[in-house]
Amino acid sequence: MTAVATRPPLAEIRSVSARAFARSFRRHWLGMTAAAFLLLLLVACVAAPLIAPYTPEAEDLTIPLAGPSLHHLLGTDQLGEDVLSRLLYGGVISLEGIGEALGVAIVLGVPLGLLSAYRGRALDAVLGRVADLGLAIPAIVILLMVFALPVGGETAAMVALGFIYAPSLYRIVRGAALPLREAAYVTNARMSGVSTPLVLWRHVLPGVAGPLAVNLSLTAGVTLTVQTGLNYLGLGVSPPAPSWGGMISDAQSVLNQQPWLLVPTGLTVALTILSFVLLGDAVRDSLAEAWSLETSSVRPARAIARVPGPRTVQTAEPDALLSLRGVSISDRSGRPLTTDVSFDVQAGEAVGIVGESGCGKTLTTLAVQGLLPPGTRLAAGQCWFGGEQRSSGHGKRTPGIGYVAQDPAVSLDPCFTVGFTIAEVVRAQGHLPRSAVRAQVLELMASVRIAAPAEVARLYPHQLSGGLAQRAQIAMALASEPRLLVADEPTTALDVTIQAEILDLLRALRAERNMALLLITHDWGVVADTCDRAVVMYAGQVVEQGTVSQLVSAPLHPYTRALLQANPQRGVPGSKLLAIPGTVPAPGSWAPGCRFAPRCSLATDDCRAGDVTLTALAEGRATRCIHYSDLIAEVSR
Amino acid sequence: MVRLLLRRLALSVVLIVLVPSITFFLEAITPGNVASLLLGTNATQQEVQQLSARLGLSLPLYDQYWHWLTQLFTGNLGTSYLNGQQVSAMIGQRLPVTLSILVGSLILASVLGVGLGVLSATRGRAIARIVDVGSVIGIAAPSFWIAIALVLIFAVKLRLLPAIGYVAINASPEQWLRSLILPWIALGLGLMTFIAKQTRDQMLSVLNRDFIRTLRANGVSERSVIFRHALRNAGIPVVTMIGLSFVGALSGAVFVEQVFVLPGLGSALVLAATTHDLPVLEGVSVVFTIMVVVVSLVTDLLYAALDPRIRSVR
Repeated sequence: MTAVATRPPLAEIRSVSARAFARSFRRHWLGMTAAAFLLLLLVACVAAPLIAPYTPEAEDLTIPLAGPSLHHLLGTDQLGEDVLSRLLYGGVISLEGIGEALGVAIVLGVPLGLLSAYRGRALDAVLGRVADLGLAIPAIVILLMVFALPVGGETAAMVALGFIYAPSLYRIVRGAALPLREAAYVTNARMSGVSTPLVLWRHVLPGVAGPLAVNLSLTAGVTLTVQTGLNYLGLGVSPPAPSWGGMISDAQSVLNQQPWLLVPTGLTVALTILSFVLLGDAVRDSLAEAWSLETSSVRPARAIARVPGPRTVQTAEPDALLSLRGVSISDRSGRPLTTDVSFDVQAGEAVGIVGESGCGKTLTTLAVQGLLPPGTRLAAGQCWFGGEQRSSGHGKRTPGIGYVAQDPAVSLDPCFTVGFTIAEVVRAQGHLPRSAVRAQVLELMASVRIAAPAEVARLYPHQLSGGLAQRAQIAMALASEPRLLVADEPTTALDVTIQAEILDLLRALRAERNMALLLITHDWGVVADTCDRAVVMYAGQVVEQGTVSQLVSAPLHPYTRALLQANPQRGVPGSKLLAIPGTVPAPGSWAPGCRFAPRCSLATDDCRAGDVTLTALAEGRATRCIHYSDLIAEVSR
Repeated sequence: MVRLLLRRLALSVVLIVLVPSITFFLEAITPGNVASLLLGTNATQQEVQQLSARLGLSLPLYDQYWHWLTQLFTGNLGTSYLNGQQVSAMIGQRLPVTLSILVGSLILASVLGVGLGVLSATRGRAIARIVDVGSVIGIAAPSFWIAIALVLIFAVKLRLLPAIGYVAINASPEQWLRSLILPWIALGLGLMTFIAKQTRDQMLSVLNRDFIRTLRANGVSERSVIFRHALRNAGIPVVTMIGLSFVGALSGAVFVEQVFVLPGLGSALVLAATTHDLPVLEGVSVVFTIMVVVVSLVTDLLYAALDPRIRSVR
């Protein structure tokens, strides 16, 4: 259950239409500003001979180191040369250098990357090794070698830089093109006899263009850093010819007399690099946004439904271990995720929460535990545990509740041994000597029927089988001596044979420790095996509750009935297994009135007229269906 | 694990030989004569020939290469064209300077960067914002420019620290420290912001993982969740990225040495490039490559220390 939307990583983004990209990009004002700045810089530098007030090498020794004035907008250097003019002419060299380096990198990296991904096998292996080597070579050494040789010069160095970039560009192109190889449109083109270069050019390259553009923009920034650095060292461009790096070096030599000189060039360089970086970031973000917009079928709901307040503010059951009353959870924008959830768990009782994914089961238990994820909050309602009211639903964990998650493979920290992790929970209960902690860890592991606790304690999670890891997770949950154990789909990720063992274990532990169990599941077999009572949730609401035998033999909500009919374990051999048509609506797009009505065979106009309340029928039995008497009639027939 | 390391070592040897060899390769494919370059445009044909003979440049290039390569394995890196000094002796003198700069700024950047990254992942938006802006500036401002700005502020205006020069640690530890503070900051600042951003991103992604919720739900303290579990898991990719950024730090050190006039390998490299002193260039490139290789091996070992799944790979 993820409440907070995350951006897809760049590697997962395939082709995005140019128009969708442009639409997203226009909203990134930083990226737009950066692009505008770079464009302006390009135009100004290219037009330097037309717009520069002086020639770059026009010395005027009568006005050395002048500050900014009307005649020299950015001042003059130690030879009285106009800083603005030198900046513009110097920019030409910088931009040329970037063009040369990127050009060489593209010519080498892109075709090789495409071929490597497309052809694979031997070529891929060889090129991969070469790229590995290339990435480890210190660039500065190669560049200085180039300058030391007779051929050395600005252009040769920039070409060398292009060679140095080629391996990383190759990597990026290869990575982006690899998944495209199997894409349907590429396979089709290949099958219909289009030549390899043409397939690559027409069908694969556009899919790679996004990540490539991002990387090129960042690389352009790095190139400018390196190039300015080289010029600063006096390599490449020899004075009096203007270069940005050379101007910084000039400025440094007169730092004492005229610190201003550092500002125009330094700022221009920094702003240009900054623009390249920001442009790259903006392109990446726009690609991600355009991609998620194009792929998600559900657009974000425009109108946000108001949280309906609980109908009746009930008071807590005084004797219950856990008591929820009118619990409504919403996200940051106020969109309700669950509404008006009320139920009790008595001490030592096993209660199931049943429903499809996305009904709010996990979120409800997280509120109970005091662990609501960031971005969600308890909007209304109250929650008592052990007679104490829990205030906010997050920020502070509710003590006395243990927790077992669905998939043990990802629910134990991979970096620590199982024994260490369990010991941490033991130590969190209070200070104990080392030997006592260890003894308790082994005892806990034995209590979840791990045969060789001492050996297993020394193992890392990746070394355990699924069943063993789940036992270790249960041992960890028991370490805090909980009065309530929350188990979120504890058997879903396991093999069928292991499932039964884990359920047996949970049942036994519950009896041994007089511990209540709150079991989240979508599997009626698990509920029937393990629980006394169950709460059925749909679209953020409780739709029915009762004892397990009541629910299974005589469901009083069409959703409960549909869930039971869709359950393979209850299916009568030879009869048809019924799937529930449609899907659980996303929070915020709930139907008015009964939220199940769009998928319900009994739905009438009354169901859609207004909110349906939970009707209490008998002790502990309740349904949120106005047609429940029809269901009673159906069962008794 | 052992096999992984052996493979890395083999690759390292290849790399150490390969990088300096690029000089010979470039010499072979480009026109021109190094001897005439050394003597300048006024030299006569005869002078060029004499010098070529004296420096061994008149031999065929592959002979020169073979000679250099065999000498490399005996530890002899030749003599400087410029002053006839043994290259290995020169490296011995200058290596401590460069190592002082690199190690100091790496430690500074790693400690502060990881700290800032963790803080910005756990302590709300203001610090996250600073890390964001800082990391962009760190990328945008070249290290030598930061270096000059630092000199301007701390040496020229405030007169707190020396602007240039280096004092050996055994001459005066205090002077050594004072001469290195500005270089460390100049080189470390960009690296620090990079590490901070990486740490933040990794921390945020780890804190979303299931085992973090399990730990919290069962009562493990928030301090342990963040500093022991989240940081350890986030540290694995961060260590890799610090290792990769070392190649960049090496370039930065060359510029920083230049600004602060520190007698390290970087200055020697720049001087060799401007004076076409090929033996020095080749020698220093061997040392730089060894540094890159050592850092990448250390990264691998750290990686294995942090992640038990790597240790059990055969």
